[in-house]
Amino acid sequence: MKPFAYVKPVDIGAAVAAGAAPGAKFLGGGTNLVDLMREGIEQPDTVVDVTGLPLSAVDDLPNGGLRIGALVRNSDLAADRRVRARYPVLSQALLSGASGQLRNMATVGGNLLQRTRCPYFYDEASACNKRDPGSGCDALDGFNRSCAILGVSDDCIAAHPSDMCVALTALDAVVEVTGTGGTRRIPLTELHRLPGQTPHIETDLAPGDLITAVELPTATGNSAYRKVRDRASYAFALVSVAAGLQIENGAVTDIRLALGGVAPKPWRARQAEQLLAGGPADEAAFRRAAQAELASAAVRPGNAFKVALATNTIVATLRELSNEGTRR
Amino acid sequence: MSIQTETTTDTAPYVGRPVERLDGPAKVSGQARFAAENHYPDMAYAALVHATIARGRIAAIDTAAACAVPDVIAVLTHENAPAMIPAPKLSLLDLSTVASATSVNYLATDEVHWNGQPVAVVVAETWETARHAASLVDLSYEELPAVVDFAAEAPNAVPERSMPLMPSKADKGKAAQALADAPFSVDLQFSTPPHNHNAIEPHATTAVWDGDQLTLHEPAQNIPWLRKHLAKRFGIPEEAVRIISPFVGGAFGGKSRAWPGVLIAAMAARATGRPVRLALTRAGVYHTVGGRTPSTQRVALGADAQGKLTALIHTSVSRTGRVGGMAEPITAASRHLYAVPNIHLSQRSVELDLLSNTFMRAPGEAIGTFALESAVDELAWRMGMDPIALRMLNEPDRDPAGGQRFTHRMLREAYTRGAENFGWHQRDPRAGARRDGPWLVGMGVATAYHPSMRMPASVTLRLHADGTVVMRCGMHEMGMGSATVQAQIVADEMGVPLASVHVEYGDSDLPPSAGAIGSVQTASVAAGVIAASTMLKRSLLTLARRAPGSPLRGRKLEDLQARDSGLHHPDGGQTYAEILSAAGRDHLEAAFKPSMLGFVARMAIDSRRWVTGASGAQFCEVRVNADTGEIRVSRWLGVFDVGTVINPRTAASQLRGGIIMGIGAALSEQTLIDGRTGRIMNPSLSEYHVPVHADIPHIDVDWLNEPDPTTPLGMHGIGEVGITGVAAAVANAIRHATGKRVVDLPITLDKLL
Ligand SMILES: Cc1cc2nc3c(=O)[nH]c(=O)nc-3n(C[C@H](O)[C@H](O)[C@H](O)COP(=O)(O)OP(=O)(O)OC[C@H]3O[C@@H](n4cnc5c(N)ncnc54)[C@H](O)[C@@H]3O)c2cc1C
Ligand code: SF4
Repeated sequence: MKPFAYVKPVDIGAAVAAGAAPGAKFLGGGTNLVDLMREGIEQPDTVVDVTGLPLSAVDDLPNGGLRIGALVRNSDLAADRRVRARYPVLSQALLSGASGQLRNMATVGGNLLQRTRCPYFYDEASACNKRDPGSGCDALDGFNRSCAILGVSDDCIAAHPSDMCVALTALDAVVEVTGTGGTRRIPLTELHRLPGQTPHIETDLAPGDLITAVELPTATGNSAYRKVRDRASYAFALVSVAAGLQIENGAVTDIRLALGGVAPKPWRARQAEQLLAGGPADEAAFRRAAQAELASAAVRPGNAFKVALATNTIVATLRELSNEGTRR
Repeated sequence: MSIQTETTTDTAPYVGRPVERLDGPAKVSGQARFAAENHYPDMAYAALVHATIARGRIAAIDTAAACAVPDVIAVLTHENAPAMIPAPKLSLLDLSTVASATSVNYLATDEVHWNGQPVAVVVAETWETARHAASLVDLSYEELPAVVDFAAEAPNAVPERSMPLMPSKADKGKAAQALADAPFSVDLQFSTPPHNHNAIEPHATTAVWDGDQLTLHEPAQNIPWLRKHLAKRFGIPEEAVRIISPFVGGAFGGKSRAWPGVLIAAMAARATGRPVRLALTRAGVYHTVGGRTPSTQRVALGADAQGKLTALIHTSVSRTGRVGGMAEPITAASRHLYAVPNIHLSQRSVELDLLSNTFMRAPGEAIGTFALESAVDELAWRMGMDPIALRMLNEPDRDPAGGQRFTHRMLREAYTRGAENFGWHQRDPRAGARRDGPWLVGMGVATAYHPSMRMPASVTLRLHADGTVVMRCGMHEMGMGSATVQAQIVADEMGVPLASVHVEYGDSDLPPSAGAIGSVQTASVAAGVIAASTMLKRSLLTLARRAPGSPLRGRKLEDLQARDSGLHHPDGGQTYAEILSAAGRDHLEAAFKPSMLGFVARMAIDSRRWVTGASGAQFCEVRVNADTGEIRVSRWLGVFDVGTVINPRTAASQLRGGIIMGIGAALSEQTLIDGRTGRIMNPSLSEYHVPVHADIPHIDVDWLNEPDPTTPLGMHGIGEVGITGVAAAVANAIRHATGKRVVDLPITLDKLL
């Protein structure tokens, strides 16, 4: 690990100023950043520890929504009673991620900005456009089981690894960011960028942009998170589905669907949602919608199975939610 | 390490009792010291630099930036490292040559033989500094064409020599013809991936030189081999090498040879004149310690209309590294399991520009039984027979390949008991018939088999006047309870309370043990304990008979019982304390030292007379998600025939551990070696998927507990048999749940979509 300077500001202004300096990196729980520093993938000159900032509260919003401080630990957020009752999809997503020890450390802000698990990104000896722009992409013809099939480019097919983000995307979360130019609010669906020809640029954030909170609008009923992976726990999603579904008289009145493990960013499945909205809530409709969403999939031999897996997992998750709906 | 037993009230016999592990308290209280936990004043820390190409030469190596880092003591490369003597070639006259893990003489030349080979070592005042400086060593290469893709190279495989005394091959009758003539047959191709060891303790060495004396704290599975190897490499007498290895944090075969770390640590310590600790990172272990070979296998079976097997063909292709590695007995278990008149077993292999393969729990049998036992199951499907009935029908009375008798064979009993306790008879024989919500439920069985072997082990027993018995043997404690079970045996043989037994182990200053490999250690050391205690009791009797008035005068050892800390006859006896004190002695010692030559001769004769193996019946229930293909093992029962069980607690843990590792092989474990570069792409516990707790159900293990008449106390080694058959039982259960036969490990969910 390259030697670095360490600062721990206690107010947001100082944090933003320190973070805006060249070579500076914010440190949340450190569960991703420190790993990457050990591997030499990230080599900050200054580490700005933000865990001393007063951003650890979860507050009710007047409109019935929730405001989650950027430093709330993943474990605490998953256990929050309001989250469990009103946003079960979020609690389930958090609990399906990493391990208990990691969730105890991981923060909301850090989780939003965790980096891909593409094996070639993690290996300095490999070609990777994301790590080393212009060097090539060893994943294209290499091990790409973990890689994405939607929204990819010829330059990068890495998947965004977060579970929490998938749930937040389905919930229409908004991210609050404070930078050198003040505070702004970014819908989560717009925080991350697709790779295109610049896979090393992953978000619209500028140096010094500090994530301070995530806000959730009022909850809209039944929701669930389903994660499919290579072992029962402690593995990243091959495919995950965050879904919210409301049905009245057999017709879909509200649908939110987001996918994980299949795209370079938490993937809101708008096409599927449009097909389902107002229509019948049955297996055939779920399948048609899932297939439409995945129609544009660009697969490699190692991840071609994700089309069928994602389709089936969407159907299974919606089926489960609609069954729960009818049981009520 | 020396361990004193805690239990004071117990009395013999101890063999067969679930005595708690004697090293347990030391481990849970943090007192057990592992190799990387030994501190020396003035100690320095080392970090390796690994090559990033598979084959070629180092064109340039620039260490200026690394040397410029404050607190860096030395950067050793092929340009400045002191030369080691090359590794000895494998010779059966000196089994310690097996310790030569590769033929590479590290840091001696500019050649690169595998992706990940150490090409430099940095020694610094702190570990962090060493690692950072290591990342600054700048290398450029002249690459040479490398052959690293096993699947692509497998068709070019050449016949492999089997290991002497451990045959894998067999040719009996006309297998191809019998297969063609058989009314029922299966002919399947299988593949298994490379695997790597993931012991909880990554390899670590603390090396200290005092003149030409080398002391090493090193997790070792075979201290005598390693000691000899190091002496040869550094040109010093064997007696000048001391290896201290009281606790090994898991090994599974990965710590049985001299991998680069220990050699480079010793070299760095000698070059810098400082005690050096070289603790590998997890990725460092993947890059410098070999693993299990991948394989492709064919199993073809022919049967008559009743299900009697008429043909068995099992062939395999595996790989070694160009720099080392050896045949793994993939088809070996197929010699012993089914009564078939026509058998063809053969193994081929390819040499790749990768690190040597090496022993990993049941090398050969673990993956060979996957193919064989899957094929037997598939034949049962094809014939509409119950897979247990098919096995029962073909259970041999003598060894099918060699014709010898079995010393012990209870597979029928294992299956009968297992079927009863697992509820096999409630199983609906149709595929995909049982469903629980989205989950398809299936049951499968497979046979476990591992040969029982022994190696020579020296043991010294010393009896003190206070009645304590000190057992000394440089055996290896890798977490399996070695000291505990040997203490039980000593206590019984000498007739003393367990609490009076002291066991010293894990040190090259002690009499040399058999290695903790091939499931041989417990039985081998037990043989030494029995021999040494007989010698000790004989000497005691001799002493006693010299004393006037001893009630033991005129007695023969055969007529006496060792109990209550003495030698007793119904007409009277004496305690050891009395014997020693009458003779004016404060202690008496017996040292058993077997001769290697005699041992090998005996082994050769025995292997012609009979076949000895541990075996078992593995029962598995799986649930397969109909939507996603996710697989969950939901129940397990293994019923084993492992002879006498010395300690049910430690035995259950070994068998269970084997089963868990087998479930890993079945469902998730796989080393990803990039076919373009030979680079391991998942060298971490995050991406190399060993099973986690959530993957493992409660595992029942059971054993028949019938002694084998030819082994010490009737026992078999149990370290490896547990993993065998497991992957097949899982695959067979999946076949039952879904109707799909998966022939490629690991059985990941995409194979069931
Ligand atoms: C073995 C392992 C398994 C895992 N498995 C899963 C899994 O299954 N599912 C899953 O979703 N995740 C998984 N994770 C990832 C884990 O969720 C992330 O590492 C964690 O959420 C990151 O949070 P952190 O606070 O530790 O971030 P850090 O490591 O501290 O930071 C991550 C990034 O965010 C930036 N950052 C941190 N806070 C802020 C802020 N307030 N404003 C702006 N930038 C900020 C940092 O500069 C850095 O670039 C796993 C991690 C490991 C190590
Ligand atoms: S997929 Fe993206 S992250 Fe992976 S190697 Fe290619 S460029 Fe790098």
